[in-house]
Amino acid sequence: MKTPEEIYELLKKEFGEAILTLDKALPVEPIVLVDPLQIHKVALFLRDNEELKFDSLMCLSGVDDANGERVKDEDGTESIKGGTLSVYYHLYSIPLKHKITLKVSTSRENPEVESVESVWKTADWHEREAFDLIGIRFLHHPDLRRILMPYDWEAGHPLRKDYKNPEFYQGMKVPY
Amino acid sequence: MALKTEHMILNMGPQHPSTHGVLRLELELEGELIKNVTPHIGYLHRCFEKHAEAMTYPQVIPYTDRMDYLASMYNNFGYVVTVEKLLGIEVPERVQYIRVIMGELQRIASHMVALGTYGLDLGAFTPFLYLFRDREKILSLFEMTCGARLLYNYMWVGGLSHDIHPDFIRLTKEFVNYYRPNIKELNDLLTYNKIFIERTANIGVLPLETAINYGVTGPNLRGSGLKFDLRKDDPYSIYDRFDFDIPVGQGLMGTVGDCWDRYYVRVQEMEQSLRIIEQAIDQIPEGDVQAAIPKRIKPPKGTVYGRVENPRGELGYFIISDGSTNPFRVKVRAPSFVNLSVLSELCKGHLVSDVVAILGSIDIVLGEVDR
Repeated sequence: MKTPEEIYELLKKEFGEAILTLDKALPVEPIVLVDPLQIHKVALFLRDNEELKFDSLMCLSGVDDANGERVKDEDGTESIKGGTLSVYYHLYSIPLKHKITLKVSTSRENPEVESVESVWKTADWHEREAFDLIGIRFLHHPDLRRILMPYDWEAGHPLRKDYKNPEFYQGMKVPY
Repeated sequence: MALKTEHMILNMGPQHPSTHGVLRLELELEGELIKNVTPHIGYLHRCFEKHAEAMTYPQVIPYTDRMDYLASMYNNFGYVVTVEKLLGIEVPERVQYIRVIMGELQRIASHMVALGTYGLDLGAFTPFLYLFRDREKILSLFEMTCGARLLYNYMWVGGLSHDIHPDFIRLTKEFVNYYRPNIKELNDLLTYNKIFIERTANIGVLPLETAINYGVTGPNLRGSGLKFDLRKDDPYSIYDRFDFDIPVGQGLMGTVGDCWDRYYVRVQEMEQSLRIIEQAIDQIPEGDVQAAIPKRIKPPKGTVYGRVENPRGELGYFIISDGSTNPFRVKVRAPSFVNLSVLSELCKGHLVSDVVAILGSIDIVLGEVDR
């Protein structure tokens, strides 16, 4: 069983630049920040290392950080420019009973994160959900389609903080 | 010369009696053999997570009821435990005990539906009626406590909406004594029925490694032989005070991790839940169940991931607080959603009729899959 600090030290030694910081300022959970384009090999290491054995991905969540600039178009609709979108990975090791939280942040304009689907199969649907609702593109994901919203939904990604409901979907009125 | 054959695509659902809700399965068949299954979900999608961002913390609780509508108590439980972790508050002993009793009653009620409809899927009508008759008794206990039979909004952050009724303890004891022999009756009716065993043993075998890699939890994971239960392995509330066993699949009728094993783990879990209820009812202390409810819930900035052992597996809430009265982001790690993703792995190579048996053994609730 290892503490988040020890896990962070191990990762820092192995990957150097790819591991950004350990965020301990927030209460409850310390978070390890990782480079979004190198998360796949970090994940593989976390799963296969004898001292870590993170065999279970509990949860993968996409988040719109909404830390960009809010701008108004001429017709008054507000949107967010700049800032980041994030993905949180909650890992647990069944044999060693320790936990760690990873976070990657990517730009809102071009949100690209390496997929961890080949490391933990459960990430398949979680990543599709994050793509569907937040609009994060997972590179090397085998089947990145919408999962909860209709496949032909054209109005964007509902969990973005500046999402606007469309007036119509396939000729049906959307606001009820 | 070999005959040239083509795969056939067969559509099952979204309106189909054995998909347990609105689920569409796209089956790719070679003759009667399954080559691939693609689930299409989202027919019940209400975007709970978007709603939650517009609500204050206590206002989210009724929405959690409506995700897994067969285990609403437990959805409340998971949410309030997580928010309490974020707030860093302790709740009174009496509240803890009542939550555990309600949670375990809910687990039994939920397994009753799972087992009953599973028999129904495979053509056994009677067990379904027997189980629903007994489930009514649990629902009446809930109704007596909080006025609602299905969607309770009972557990609040820091406390409960009502204290238990003066008759509750007596009636729950009566229920435990009444129900225990009925598990044996269920075994005689369904569990050891030859036709039922033929339909479920050696079908849809889930190897342990696949289960962990796919994030499968709850009775499905334990059916594959791993003794892993969050009530024991990552204890929350007061579960570390009770004496109970974790049933696992042993391959009694076929291979470890087949449909029968997953089914039988649920049967045994009902027995264990009765044990927990008995112990909790004897120890329950006096107290005010609303004493620790905060006047205004405004957690500090931060993130929290809390998880509980729902009847279907690990129910996780990931909450980000920005320091205001509304959550910034709530993500639900729904056990049914994750468990369903392993379906195509399980179905490959089986017959079309087995899809029904395999899907039923995973025990999904579509309200939770789609949220």
